[in-house]
Amino acid sequence: MLILGIETATERVSVAIGGHEGVLALFEVTRGRRHAETLVPAVEFVCAQAQVELDEIGVIAVDVGPGLFTGMRVGLAAAKSFSQALRVPMIGISSLDLLAFPNRHTERVIVPVIDARRSEVFSSMYLPVPGGVQQVATPSVGTVEELIADLLARSQDVLCVGDGARRYRDEINDGFRCEFGGDVHPSAATLVELAHARALREEWVNGWELEPIYLRAPDATINWSTRAARR
Amino acid sequence: MNVDDSTLILGIETSCDETASALVMGGYDVVSSVVSTQVDLHAEFGGVVPEVASRAHLETLSPIVARTIVEAGVDESRIDAVACTVGPGLVGALLIGVSAAKALALSWDVPFIGVNHMEAHLYAGFLEDRSLEFPLLVLLVSGGHTMLVEMRGHGDYRLVGQTIDDAAGEAFDKVARFLDLGYPGGPAIDAAARAGDPTAIDFPRAMLDRKGDGRHDFSFSGLKTAVVNHVRAHPDVSSDDVAASFQAAVVDVLVTKARRAAAEVGATGIVLGGGVAANSLLRAELVRACEADGLASFVPSRAMCTDNAAMIAAAGWQRLRTDGPTALSVGASPNLPLVV
Ligand SMILES: [Zn+2]
Repeated sequence: MLILGIETATERVSVAIGGHEGVLALFEVTRGRRHAETLVPAVEFVCAQAQVELDEIGVIAVDVGPGLFTGMRVGLAAAKSFSQALRVPMIGISSLDLLAFPNRHTERVIVPVIDARRSEVFSSMYLPVPGGVQQVATPSVGTVEELIADLLARSQDVLCVGDGARRYRDEINDGFRCEFGGDVHPSAATLVELAHARALREEWVNGWELEPIYLRAPDATINWSTRAARR
Repeated sequence: MNVDDSTLILGIETSCDETASALVMGGYDVVSSVVSTQVDLHAEFGGVVPEVASRAHLETLSPIVARTIVEAGVDESRIDAVACTVGPGLVGALLIGVSAAKALALSWDVPFIGVNHMEAHLYAGFLEDRSLEFPLLVLLVSGGHTMLVEMRGHGDYRLVGQTIDDAAGEAFDKVARFLDLGYPGGPAIDAAARAGDPTAIDFPRAMLDRKGDGRHDFSFSGLKTAVVNHVRAHPDVSSDDVAASFQAAVVDVLVTKARRAAAEVGATGIVLGGGVAANSLLRAELVRACEADGLASFVPSRAMCTDNAAMIAAAGWQRLRTDGPTALSVGASPNLPLVV
């Protein structure tokens, strides 16, 4: 079964096609933040390079966040439409899982940290287990200080990964000594690999059932004066 | 590709707070049109909250497209192209439609057409009356825009005048909010005005006497300030009278400027468009003015004035004929102008 993987939750746009043979084609660009302009042409490109017709795709896999809302929704909107038009199911995988999985060969606690802007980060914790990783903390959004407090509370050896870990490396290191991984952005290659394992177990959903993980309520501040308030 | 009367276009619209899709055949025949409004989601904030809008578009769009196809009773393999608003609008909201539309077009192997939302409003009138004759003067009034456009032919426009500050719909929202009449402001003011006296307060008619360049432009921020000042100076004034007098001032300016512009460009008639075109006084006054001036008037149904995707598909059909498909590398253009 062929899987189309779409990853747009961070600065990177990443698209991959893969299946039981592994990744057949991968396109990645991590500069420019032109997700909407890049994504659909990238899908066309990887299909052509892998010599795959879109109607051969059996599952659409997508990063469901947490991440930068606008970019993440570009991926989700396109992925849902591919699923709808091609009449195939979807598999949604968290960006935090995608950052943790490639680091499964460590002995340390894996802490994916994604830049959430406004001095906050999305994070979670994972333990390496045979064949993969296991999430051991509920994904959350919070300040770097709050993250450091959580790390101190665990007092285990930690490997921090992600663009948030890179951005706040000094702050984190000041509060809690840890290692930093090289993988800064999630990749559609990992997405396709993880989704393939789930697809074999038919752990998929219909496109309309797939929901993004925001972890943060919408910012809704419109302060207009009213007659009542002015009286 | 051959674009003709049987060309079936799926239109998608997500530029503001309506998620919409429609199937239109041959540029004029609306086969199906589905609009999901988010107005209740934004009501508690008293205005459209971009992040709330984007979240709702993502959740709603795929089911809306599916419903549009089912209601049309056509097989999706019949769809010849996918048209979508690329601007102007809220960038995060636009991106949902653009990303979805491009993915649908690539999957079905049909052309994608990027559509200008304001151009689509110009085409809304044609969906209900094919007999409209050029040149036309279009008065476009919405929450984001107030403009007078001379339409000389398909795809051939000239911006005659526009607001230099607030859009008319924005003024309605702000005044309704100030008077605690609720959200959205247009229908709220319309309802309150029915119980009020439109001559109770003589609010200013801004820029009516302006000559030369900018004589067809609008300004509404002074009117909004006049409303606030009047209510502060007269705390016991009836909100209904304020609403009626405010509405009368807005409509007076819109209609007076539209008929002057129509006369100047030699238009055969005036077409009303945009969300504020649902205002009952504006509709009545525009028709009356056109009758007096011997002009045709076209006031589309309320469903066609407010944001919908049938007008996107109709404009897309015209664009596909004249310009061909749009590249899949296009993004959203939040400030896309009507006339380039
Ligand atoms: Zn509109």
